[in-house]
Amino acid sequence: MEWETVIGLEVHVTLATKSKLFSGSAVAFGAEPNTQANIFDIALPGTLPVFNEEALRMAVKFGLAIDAEIGKRSVFDRKNYFYPDLPKGYQVTQLDFPTVGKGSLTVTLDDGSERTIGVTRAHIEENAGKSLHEDFSGMSGIDLNRAGEPLLEIVSEPEIYTAKEAVAYLKKLHTIILYLGISDAIMAQGSMRCDVNVSLRPKGSDVLGTRTEMKNINSFKFVEKAIYSEVERQKDILEDGGSITQETRRYDADRDETSSMRSKEVANDYRYFPEPDLLPIVIDDDYIEQVRATLPELPDAKRARFCDQFGLSEYDAGVLTSTREMAEYFESVATKTGDAKVAANWVSGDLQALLNKNNLNITDSPIKAERLTDLISRIKDKTISGKIAKTVFEAMADDSSSVDEIIESKGLKQVTDSGEIEKLVDDVINNNPDQVQQFKDGKEQVIGFLVGQAMQLSKGKANPGQVNQLLRDKMK
Amino acid sequence: MALDKAEVEKIAHLARLHISEADTEEVTTRITDILTLIDQMKTVDTESVEPLAHPLDMVQRFRADVVTETNTREQLQDLAPESQDGLYLVPKVIE
Repeated sequence: MEWETVIGLEVHVTLATKSKLFSGSAVAFGAEPNTQANIFDIALPGTLPVFNEEALRMAVKFGLAIDAEIGKRSVFDRKNYFYPDLPKGYQVTQLDFPTVGKGSLTVTLDDGSERTIGVTRAHIEENAGKSLHEDFSGMSGIDLNRAGEPLLEIVSEPEIYTAKEAVAYLKKLHTIILYLGISDAIMAQGSMRCDVNVSLRPKGSDVLGTRTEMKNINSFKFVEKAIYSEVERQKDILEDGGSITQETRRYDADRDETSSMRSKEVANDYRYFPEPDLLPIVIDDDYIEQVRATLPELPDAKRARFCDQFGLSEYDAGVLTSTREMAEYFESVATKTGDAKVAANWVSGDLQALLNKNNLNITDSPIKAERLTDLISRIKDKTISGKIAKTVFEAMADDSSSVDEIIESKGLKQVTDSGEIEKLVDDVINNNPDQVQQFKDGKEQVIGFLVGQAMQLSKGKANPGQVNQLLRDKMK
Repeated sequence: MALDKAEVEKIAHLARLHISEADTEEVTTRITDILTLIDQMKTVDTESVEPLAHPLDMVQRFRADVVTETNTREQLQDLAPESQDGLYLVPKVIE
């Protein structure tokens, strides 16, 4: 039988506020255990939540970015379960009235085709603490620094049909979140986490099969591999006439397989009810419009504008808008040099390679946009050739001097003095009588060889255009 | 709507309440009484009534995103039965 895979994704991102969702405790990453957990966060009796508006603003911002319905009245609920890293015995979340309702985002697949994937909702909730099961005299250690951090849980519609689409969706979500600046969304640090729901159904059926959930997968690559592995497992069971158990499974990246964790408790076991310690969150159109006014240009719009304004290909525009910082870097260089194509090549080529090699973000680049602009300007005003520019670029990575200082100190200035070039050309003509004869006999392509010889003699510093012209003049 | 004993035991377990065998019957009766009252309330026509999220007819006030708390770990861990390396210690929990 042919099977169709159906995938739904639940993504949690930690909102980049300064303080917690319901208390004024700090949320800095990597702090000593429990130094950011106050009386409310550890749930001492009598303490009450006070709602952090910034979390709401960030959630609304996200909602607007994916064209979602914004809940003008959102309500917090308690989700009840017992675990030591959840000191209150319930997690405060939004069940029936989330801040962000139905929206969608459009992803571009490898073959260039586009797909729009629905987002069911996104709700604000608080994070739990962290349990450490190393040996503390047979006990578990609890760190509540994370407890109460604001999270946004983004739930997709179950309308993702391949592992590649799932990854494309996640990457798009990641890009939008970084553009908005509402989370640092680092999967390896847990500020973006992904739960994957997978089920199979006979192709053509419109009834969903029983799903399994894989929690907390911490890289895009593992999401893809976990889906492949789980789909194979389910297919084997179904084709043997078996049935799938609804459960939570763990993906083991080393063995590339999933294994059962526990049967998922049915939803009403959490006994949700409206949180009596918090009143409904009510916002009006003015509030929403104020947030809308703070939206940056989003990746899709920026990509379209780069194609339009700078004449870039879809592909180049996609690469250059993959992060907001890279887009801003490129745009600065393109505008100042007035040559978008050259700027695009440098930024997505040499600069990207340099950053990859040193594992750096563009914001930490040793070569800032201003210096790359200067470098390109020196190619355009013929101070250096494009080839020498690569040498200068390499030097710039380790040397913070200005472009002109580097060109000067390394003696890389292009030779444009016609006397010097004439001497080079004469040498080349005298040393290569055979090729000169061939050229004179009409073998046009020999000119390339001769120009190459001259460039070699000048150690790359001669202006190739000038050399070419002079050679032709002399061999007439 | 009547609850049976097994359902009461399940609810008690979810709330981590211990209800003795002797008390189970009475608890079952009492919860059933409450549910009967709810069934009665359900017969009222509420078509035009907005669902109530909170008994107070007010909206939530917001707090500015400012860190106002300092590190009080030492005082708080003095209250805890056990702590080590800055962590609160609890009976081992591992699934």
